[in-house]
Amino acid sequence: MSFMPIILWSDALVFLLLASGVATVWYIRRREHLLLPWRRVAQSATAMVSLLVLSLFLLVGLLDTLHYRAALPKTNGGETVYSPEVLSVFDKLVEPLRLQTEKTYSAPFALTLYAKETMSDAQGNVLHDYPRLRYGGAHLADEAQHNGDVLKRTLLGALGGLLAGLLIALAGRRWLVQRSLPLRPMLITTLAIAALAGATACLASAYHVLGTDKVGQDVLYLALKSIRTGLIIGTVTTLVTLPLALLLGIAAGYLRGWVDDVIQYVYTVLSSIPSVLLIAAAVLMMQVTIDTHPHWFDTAASRADLRLVFLCLILGVTSWTGLCRLLRGETLKLRELEYIQAAQSFGVSSLRILTRHIMPNVMHIILIALVMDFSALVLAEAVLSYVGVGVDPSMISFGTMINAARLEMGREPMVWWALAAAFGFMLVLVLAANLFADAVRDAFDPRLNRTEGSA
Amino acid sequence: MLTYLLRRILYAVPILIGVNLLTFTLFFVVNTPDDMARMQLGIKRVTPEAIEKWKQQRGYDKPLLVNSAASGAGKITDTIFWQKSASMFAFDFGYSDDGRGIGREIVTRMGPSLAIALPTFLIGLVAYVSFALLMTLFRATALDIAGVALCVLLMSISGLFYIIGGQFVVSKLWHLVPISGYGGSGYDGGMNGFKFVVLPIAIGVVSGIGSSSRWYRTIFLEEIGKDYVRTARAKGLSELAVLFRHVLKNAMIPILTGVVVVIPLLFMGSLLTESFFGIPGLGSYTIDAINAQDFSVVRAMVFLGSVLYIAGLILTDISYTMVDPRVRLS
Repeated sequence: MSFMPIILWSDALVFLLLASGVATVWYIRRREHLLLPWRRVAQSATAMVSLLVLSLFLLVGLLDTLHYRAALPKTNGGETVYSPEVLSVFDKLVEPLRLQTEKTYSAPFALTLYAKETMSDAQGNVLHDYPRLRYGGAHLADEAQHNGDVLKRTLLGALGGLLAGLLIALAGRRWLVQRSLPLRPMLITTLAIAALAGATACLASAYHVLGTDKVGQDVLYLALKSIRTGLIIGTVTTLVTLPLALLLGIAAGYLRGWVDDVIQYVYTVLSSIPSVLLIAAAVLMMQVTIDTHPHWFDTAASRADLRLVFLCLILGVTSWTGLCRLLRGETLKLRELEYIQAAQSFGVSSLRILTRHIMPNVMHIILIALVMDFSALVLAEAVLSYVGVGVDPSMISFGTMINAARLEMGREPMVWWALAAAFGFMLVLVLAANLFADAVRDAFDPRLNRTEGSA
Repeated sequence: MLTYLLRRILYAVPILIGVNLLTFTLFFVVNTPDDMARMQLGIKRVTPEAIEKWKQQRGYDKPLLVNSAASGAGKITDTIFWQKSASMFAFDFGYSDDGRGIGREIVTRMGPSLAIALPTFLIGLVAYVSFALLMTLFRATALDIAGVALCVLLMSISGLFYIIGGQFVVSKLWHLVPISGYGGSGYDGGMNGFKFVVLPIAIGVVSGIGSSSRWYRTIFLEEIGKDYVRTARAKGLSELAVLFRHVLKNAMIPILTGVVVVIPLLFMGSLLTESFFGIPGLGSYTIDAINAQDFSVVRAMVFLGSVLYIAGLILTDISYTMVDPRVRLS
């Protein structure tokens, strides 16, 4: 085989999440009463547009989750040896972006490096000038063609993208109409995304669209790679938060007594420590463990990956308390209602009451809390990486990008593109997530519907 | 009231013991002092003697919980747990890795932290509540929708962007105020010191406006649907009077729940703001300690943070009695 598939810990967790997501969708699809609030979400134009944007991010993230190690060329007919570098399908797709590295910084669309260098020309004269890039605009013989070429590629790419977008739109139109989804906003978004993607793809084949960073890596590539890290922090954390908050929250609310006391004590202790400090303490300790056991990891990627998984774990442990408190309160309210008392007098066991009668009735709280938390977690990753307790410095993420670019703030002229790219991508992701979360909350929160009805 | 307070403070003790046990487990059981020594001295090429010396210098060369070698009370007191963790209850934080007393450092650094955090908090509170009231006043109009959209946009922007962008525009492009230098040679307090704190405060206020204003707006909207508001309107009160005299007062309880609890935590300062602006407060102290992996400082800050948080919870309860005469502490 020319490659060996690798499933890192975070990949496995993503697949687990994906599987449970698909199972949930399948379960909901066949139950009309569960489908109803989702129909309300589907009717909201902002929700569907942000969902389109989010699914684009998700696609990049998922492609970036399929990891493998390529086989090295065989040396003396022996066993196949695999490269220590762990790549993903996404890396393979954008291989030129990954491999075409320059020497150091260069601005977006630039033909030359950012700093002057001493070099000698064909005649042997030593001069001090901006050297041409190895890849960015290398096909241009004359620098005067630069603007025209950029314009030509933008237009061509956008046109190609638009055509592809139109095809997709025509294919999807029937489907949208059948489900009475907001047609026009979704079509316009699809076309806009397609045109943008087309132009970017066409330009990126010849230029560094967002410039290059200190070691000459393409910033667009870095930003795209950061998406997976952000998504994982935002989603895998729920795998920890959800069971903890759900089990402990409804157990405390329903069983009361000493169980309630113990659970309340645990979450009061955890929430009384400022979360950044608790995360910092836990990550510092984790770093000690990782550093003292280097033999646990066979590749650098698996090491960085384990740190990411741990970070999710720690974020989950520090952030379940709020949801747990909400669920406990709701359960306290529910257990006094008649239908629960009826179940109790029929002799239904506590476990069955919890799973059949209480859990389905707190699900909307869980869903709202989870979608709301997602964007907060994506933003938190950047801050934590800045503080030095985020992801591994070798892992590409918005936080590490900002951190590296921040040090160059003082330069003249300023190196702004890496910062702009990281903040821009993060803004789009978080904004889409926030808008979607709002729509979900509006559709699911029974209290909110009432106040809107009366106002 | 007094007995209530006493009971609340007593109730805080088991929580603080829990915090203490948690940090103790994190810092000394998950990784032994040997692991930490190896990490600090470099993983490879470290001799057992060097580890012993490192532990001895920091007082980590003792048993964790029970010292069977010592006699009498020393069995318990001459241990890492007693010396490093239990002593925090007496606010004895020990020494940082560079040999300075952590307690002293905390006291001197509280001032700069407060100089930034307190104005940010006060100005922010007024700004957020006013903005939210304004949106409530124009509810369900284009102005309100634009306001909410602005809030969602503002809260989707990373906090780092506000700091980096603010520093770049105000200090680098416009040269209005210096980027950093609080407490440095150019700093002499008074009006001159003002220029060092105005930018961090402004950025702190702006970065919180999105989420806070939106949160207050929901609180106000919830109040405005209630019967007493209809009564007030029926009496012929103007919408402004209804908002300020009735809705604002009645929304005090949910507002206080979120606000009072953070007041004591203002002492801790802000990690990001202080490190970006070079303010010698507790926030930058913490971040430096994290970067230098100074475990004793991080431990002390965790404990201090939870003490202040619990103080905030007690203050919240007291504040309820001040705004709502129906609430009695007993």
